[in-house]
Amino acid sequence: MKTLLLHLGQYFIMIRKVFSFPEKKNVFFKQLNQELKKIGLDSLGIVTIISFFIGAVVSIQTAFNFESPLYPKYLIGYATRESLILEFCPTMLSLILAGKVGSNIASEIGSMRVTEQIDALEIMGVNSASFLILPKIIAAVLFFPALIILSISIGIIGGWIGCQTVSITTASYLYGIKYEFSSFYVSYCLIKTVVFAFIIASVSSYFGYYTKGGALEVGSSSTRAVVYSSIVILIFNFILTDLLLG
Amino acid sequence: MIEIKNINKSFGDNNVLRNISFKFEKGKTNLIIGESGSGKTTLLRILIGLNKANSGEVLYDGRDFINLNTKEKRKLRQEIGVLFQRGALYDYMNVEENIMFPLTMFTNQSHEEKLHRVNDCLEKVNLENSNKLSINELSGGMIKRVSIARAIVMKPRYLLCDEPNSGLDPKTAIIIDNLIQKITIEGNITTIVNTHDMNSVMEIGEVIAYINNGEICWSGSKEELINNNNPELNNFVFASKLFKRLKKI
Repeated sequence: MKTLLLHLGQYFIMIRKVFSFPEKKNVFFKQLNQELKKIGLDSLGIVTIISFFIGAVVSIQTAFNFESPLYPKYLIGYATRESLILEFCPTMLSLILAGKVGSNIASEIGSMRVTEQIDALEIMGVNSASFLILPKIIAAVLFFPALIILSISIGIIGGWIGCQTVSITTASYLYGIKYEFSSFYVSYCLIKTVVFAFIIASVSSYFGYYTKGGALEVGSSSTRAVVYSSIVILIFNFILTDLLLG
Repeated sequence: MIEIKNINKSFGDNNVLRNISFKFEKGKTNLIIGESGSGKTTLLRILIGLNKANSGEVLYDGRDFINLNTKEKRKLRQEIGVLFQRGALYDYMNVEENIMFPLTMFTNQSHEEKLHRVNDCLEKVNLENSNKLSINELSGGMIKRVSIARAIVMKPRYLLCDEPNSGLDPKTAIIIDNLIQKITIEGNITTIVNTHDMNSVMEIGEVIAYINNGEICWSGSKEELINNNNPELNNFVFASKLFKRLKKI
């Protein structure tokens, strides 16, 4: 309990340091640009592949469970859409991104810590937390919603391909996709994504920023960043779902 | 001049520094020597504000560094150049960007002005035309020289070096030592070098302070060091057979 409180205190102290006004706007935007590429664009490949196959598998599994003639076929498209928007894309992909992006952030900042690069920044008079972490948080918060929207779109295409293998017509799949569509679900999905993006970037940065030791500790910081980001994501998934849909 | 007064530092029950006072002179290469674990790195970290002393004062030309407010401390830090043991260069930047970084962060100079200053510093450390090299292309000696160039780019009044020769061959180490001394004299800088390399001591030691068990046990010039009668210091300085033989001569 004491350790948890210590970590929480340190985390909020770091966050306070992070959210100070950038010292040089042009340097900040250059950093932000690099982070958008590293955190966002470099994740496009994995997001595309995972979303496509999960969409296909979800539609096939739904079709398998709705074999009864009492169920209309369009329910397959409907169920695929709902599961992609409500849970798979915002939560499962965020967990996957916590692994990919989170470990990258923690190991990058951790390496800078153990090689005294962060000390060098502090000695020059640079706010190292703001300089290193703020662009990462903003890049994640800006880009992850776009990634999730892309993921939903590709998942729906994957679902359609899946339907072709179980003889569901394109017309009934598309009817199901459009059936009783609530735009609030997309808002709910994006709210969750923004919160998860903040969690991934900030929690991973925290574990990297407070790394002590050498290469081994950088590795363990990276692992802890993924584990704790995932746990916090799951907790906030429950809280946000209860608040927004409960 | 940098003056420290009654510095005490402990980590838990371990008293690392005990009541340390010393004056580091301007325009001279001041050396802190001592065995590994004697507290010299902790002292250097206190001097640059990376560790907090339990008590005592650190005065940069009369300015009490520990009690300055954040803004004043930040301004003072821009007058301090630091050379880290492993260089601490930013590996995602090339040589030019590394050296230019403090100028970008703290001045409003044009790119041409900054580039001129960077080239000037690279010339001082004998690394002309290395601007576009990436950090992983540099040898150990080159990393130290680029770090020195970055440390002096803001024309500091104080230069603090943590074991500048660690991991270097004796010939390169002497090049680095001489470079530090040349910069100190040219810029009339207060330089503090943290080292346990006896070659460095003999090459550039003008003012030497010996730390043992968290206390300054001896101080003087390199000539006084050779002729000293302090048994602990002699055990440290003349530890190798070669130096023992030289001491006898």
